[in-house]
Amino acid sequence: MTMNFSERADRMDVRYVARLARIRLTDAEADELQGQLDDILAFVGELKRLDVQEAPPTDDSSGNRNIWHEDVPRPGLPHEAAMALAPTARHGQFVVPKIME
Amino acid sequence: MSKWMASIGLEVHVQLKTRTKMFCSCPAHREGEPPNTQVCPVCLGLPGALPVMNREAIRKTVLTGLMIGSKIPLRSSFDRKNYFYPDMPKNYQITQQAAPLCMGGSVDIQSAGTLKTIRVNHIHQEEDAAKITHLANSSEIDFNRSGTPLMELVTEPDMSTPDEAIAFLTALREMLVYAGISDADLELGHMRCDVNTSIRPVGTDKLGVKSELKNMNTFRGIHRALTYELKRQMDTLEAGGSLVQETRRWDDAAGVTLSMRSKEYAHDYRYFPEPDLPPVILDEAMIARWRCELPELPAAKRARFIQDYGLPEYDAGVLTAERAIADYFEAAAQKAGHPKAVSNWVMGELLRALGEKGQSIAEARITPDALAALIALVEKKTINMPAAKEVFQILFEQGGEPEAIVKEKGLLQVSDSGAMEDFAEQAMAASPKVVEDFRAGKEAALMFLVGQVMKLSRGKANPQMAADVLRRKLST
Repeated sequence: MTMNFSERADRMDVRYVARLARIRLTDAEADELQGQLDDILAFVGELKRLDVQEAPPTDDSSGNRNIWHEDVPRPGLPHEAAMALAPTARHGQFVVPKIME
Repeated sequence: MSKWMASIGLEVHVQLKTRTKMFCSCPAHREGEPPNTQVCPVCLGLPGALPVMNREAIRKTVLTGLMIGSKIPLRSSFDRKNYFYPDMPKNYQITQQAAPLCMGGSVDIQSAGTLKTIRVNHIHQEEDAAKITHLANSSEIDFNRSGTPLMELVTEPDMSTPDEAIAFLTALREMLVYAGISDADLELGHMRCDVNTSIRPVGTDKLGVKSELKNMNTFRGIHRALTYELKRQMDTLEAGGSLVQETRRWDDAAGVTLSMRSKEYAHDYRYFPEPDLPPVILDEAMIARWRCELPELPAAKRARFIQDYGLPEYDAGVLTAERAIADYFEAAAQKAGHPKAVSNWVMGELLRALGEKGQSIAEARITPDALAALIALVEKKTINMPAAKEVFQILFEQGGEPEAIVKEKGLLQVSDSGAMEDFAEQAMAASPKVVEDFRAGKEAALMFLVGQVMKLSRGKANPQMAADVLRRKLST
């Protein structure tokens, strides 16, 4: 279930990632970006040579702790303001192209 | 299943009972609000909006962990799970992957008369998605549910039958409702389940190829789907076929599971740490304080009811099935002092009357004090049982004080010996044949005469006293 983030970072297929991100790339673009991505991953890969066993977690560098809200409801956006953002709306709902399950 | 054994694991999503959403102060999702009225830039996923953790949601997830004996790591953090679907406009769900709030733990279940321990892998905190309605040519989205606090409890594959899976969910649900963690109403989708199933030959250790059934939300559906899926896997293997790891969908109407091959890339979620949320740092003192807030759990309460009130196991089980009923019983028993009598009334008349009206105990008009007073009147023989049931019905429907109702309705039991003598003589005079029968040794004849006395007294005679008086008169 739990997997290290670094385990999969050795090689990343640009075309695959583009597909996940719904970005359409030409072959020329994909080739160019693949080279850049390989360089970036190789650079980040340098970190693997370090022993970080004793290093504190750095997934947060803000120094903030336990920033939370108390469980008291407050009004959000008025319905009209929220719906003003919708490209298409119907029945007070956002309408999107049909999604197949 | 003789040649095969099954391994079933569950991922249970539970909607926490909080007033606000997981990462913003919008009201948490309740059914019936007009669509898109409980929303803000955070739960609509607008660019630049920043999430802020709901402390109460964190507390409730940790409480759940404490109830099942999880280890609570002092440092926990959030991750982004990336996927593209319009129910999640940020294109990621905030969840916990690397460092969940609760690790390990277990829930004891009883199935087929044996006790079994189901291990829990972890519990993590996350947010719910928006609600999508699929129409013929488009889909409509309501974001009211978006960002509602969910916790996901992941078990080890320790269950081996559909019955055990249901026993686990029942036990879990009972605990969550007891502790006020969730209303856990399945019909409203407060508890939704992904079910992982695999089979392997008996005597081997390596788990078989699993299938995952997504988004199950009724116990009956889960039981049927599991029964179907286990048989499908067994039939496939016995016919020499092989299984593939896949996500399947339960079609309740057709009673079959179907492969969902559509999302080829769906399982690459590209988890990474959520940079917009600082970690959760708990300390031992805070966890200890929360631990003190845990209510008594059903199993412990059952044991205590047997021990302290001298109740049979059956009574204790019925009374503790719902916390409100257990509380009601205790309030009445402490007042009345006759625990078994209170138990009989609660399990009998009260639950029957509630069932007939389709009411919950919170709606009942008869207070625990009134029930205790009613029981005291019976114990003191002020009223007899039929009269008590009549008073109960009035208390149940209208509330009030039992003593006042007894007086108003003239239900005082006749224990006055003069009146009783009269009734007995009248009954004997009216049925000389029965009197003869009794004197000839037919014991059952006495009950007929007691019945006549009850009738003459309009139900108010003390039946035991009537029998005594009759027996004395008949033997002279």
